Amino acid sequence: MSKNRKTSLAVFKFSSCDGCQLQILNAENELLELANQVDISYFMEATRRAKPGPYDVALVEGSVSTPHEKELVAEIRKNSKYLIAIGACATAGGIQALRNWSSVESFKKIVYPNPEWIAALEKATPISEHVKVDLELMGCPINKDQLLYVTAQLLRGKKPYLPTYSVCLECKMRGTPCVIVSKKVPCIGPTTMAGCGAICPAYGRGCYGCFGPMDDPNPKALVDYLVSEGIDKGDVIRLFKGFTGYSEKFRKVIDEYE
Amino acid sequence: MSKEIKVDYLARVEGEGALDIKLRDGQVEKLELRIFEPPRFFEAFLEGRSYMEVPDITARICGICPVAYQMSSARALEKILGIEVSPEIKTLRRLLYLGEYVESHVLHVYLLHAPDFFGYESAIEMAKDHPDVVKKALSLKHWGNLVMQIIGGRSVHPVSPRVGGFHRAVKKEEFTPLLTNLDEVKQTALDAVEWTAGLRFPDLERDTEYVSLWSNAEYPILEGRIRSTKGIDVAEEEFETTFIEHQVPYSTALRRLVRGKTPYAAGPQARVNLNHDKLMPEVLDKAKEAGISFPIQNPYMSIVSRILEVAHAVLEAEEIIERYKPPSAPYVMKEPREGEAVAITEAPRGMLYHKYAIDGRGMVKTAKISSPTAQNQSSMEADLLELAPKLAKMTNEKATLLCEQTIRNYDPCISCSAHFLKLNITSE
Repeated sequence: MSKNRKTSLAVFKFSSCDGCQLQILNAENELLELANQVDISYFMEATRRAKPGPYDVALVEGSVSTPHEKELVAEIRKNSKYLIAIGACATAGGIQALRNWSSVESFKKIVYPNPEWIAALEKATPISEHVKVDLELMGCPINKDQLLYVTAQLLRGKKPYLPTYSVCLECKMRGTPCVIVSKKVPCIGPTTMAGCGAICPAYGRGCYGCFGPMDDPNPKALVDYLVSEGIDKGDVIRLFKGFTGYSEKFRKVIDEYE
Repeated sequence: MSKEIKVDYLARVEGEGALDIKLRDGQVEKLELRIFEPPRFFEAFLEGRSYMEVPDITARICGICPVAYQMSSARALEKILGIEVSPEIKTLRRLLYLGEYVESHVLHVYLLHAPDFFGYESAIEMAKDHPDVVKKALSLKHWGNLVMQIIGGRSVHPVSPRVGGFHRAVKKEEFTPLLTNLDEVKQTALDAVEWTAGLRFPDLERDTEYVSLWSNAEYPILEGRIRSTKGIDVAEEEFETTFIEHQVPYSTALRRLVRGKTPYAAGPQARVNLNHDKLMPEVLDKAKEAGISFPIQNPYMSIVSRILEVAHAVLEAEEIIERYKPPSAPYVMKEPREGEAVAITEAPRGMLYHKYAIDGRGMVKTAKISSPTAQNQSSMEADLLELAPKLAKMTNEKATLLCEQTIRNYDPCISCSAHFLKLNITSE
């Protein structure tokens, strides 16, 4: 990005499990080289050093779910040239977005004896619902190789290309027989964005959609097909209503059938 | 003379927390370990989900120790269904969990905690002066992640574990990549015992009550009775009546105290203190050579306890892999039935308690989860209180660093604890 100085990188956390930023530290073979090539300006999980912005690249993990986070995300956007939302929480609201189908007040009462002390927004929402996002990396968690590829492309001043196709293609590449056809296992891989490497079917189970919807999916057709194969409709819908259920394309089919 | 120590955002911990201490004439006026991690309401949205989904969902409480959440939930649900998994499945679960111990502990020891002992802001800074230490640590951590990836499909939120066992049980030859650098990994882990034991530990000897699972048969991870260094010896069903949920007036954070009265510490130091006789003999030899004696009372030495467990985990993993025979069936299944049960497993940070009630169709009626970090909060504060006279004599900068280091002794995972903790939103 910048020619005269190192690109500055900042990592921020919103409502999340830490798993996506952990993927940066899980790049054990590349971490020190990455730290050589970029200036890690803000990354609270890894360093006490907290340089003020502006930042060249901001990686944002987590969904926006408290009034404080709503303010913070706007501030980070102002301070960052290129903002990447990382993971299912940041791109689709994450598992905590399941509360968006209920009322946050009733949820507070279930978990906390003193619900009045809890500051939480009615909904947990993706970063893009609040500010402009330059790139989205999907996954629960993100694929660390994808993150390294994107970072390398940006450092070279090149556009990163990410998959637009479904998990099915990755199953074929991996040589995994289709779990729907061969075992009648409910799987939403046909509508889910590739990027994980089709891990679940390789381990004998159906995809549960943690990379969110592919470009232009047809989830309704998949629900109808799975139901026609004798799979319980409730089970199929709950597969969509998971880690990326609040994404626009999955939400539509959930609301239609529920 | 008054002094205020404020850490607005604790670095090198997992999640978001802060610390406020006010001292006047060497006495503590206010001490608050605040958690501002947003609540995520897991116990609420689990209601109405199928029991089969629970391990996948609860894994998302923590990206650093997902296996702990999968194992505590799977075991509680298996108790309800009356499922007894085979010894082979138990062994494979144990191996997966050992991988998580290596991954999580090495992350904390080298990337989060060690910089405190040397005065670096981060392990990346530390790597500039000590490249070999950090590089070897990263390759050790990589090995732990690889164990998880092979068995579980991926290291963060593995996909293979399920109620009843695994979706797929790996074949023996799939472990081959772990053997290529095993000798080096073992050496790194064993050498680290001496390295951590040689660090300079700030003085702090509090009469801490350590609590962990205990088992006659093995170093306890997946099951056991609850024992303490002060005589507690109860079944996991008695967790909630032994460790009572408690609220303090100055803070909105719920915590647990022994019989509602005194703090206790869970985690690697508790496990080592209560179960050191079950560590691998080579690890015990190394500990002896390094001059470590049990019980370990200084909380800063948790970095040593963690490394003892890393070395144990690598050596036990090697044994399991050598003897490994895949289970004849990857999982055991039974029809859902109504019921309620609890289970505790030892997460890297300590006892992780899960309790579920499900209906006749296998849908979750209620869920309750108590993370080790939530349990450890009172003990963290007790350590900080004990430090107060010392802090009063230090510069603010040094006092702040020491406080942070003291909190990091517990490897607090705030992401795990926050769905359970109260947020302090009182304005001053």
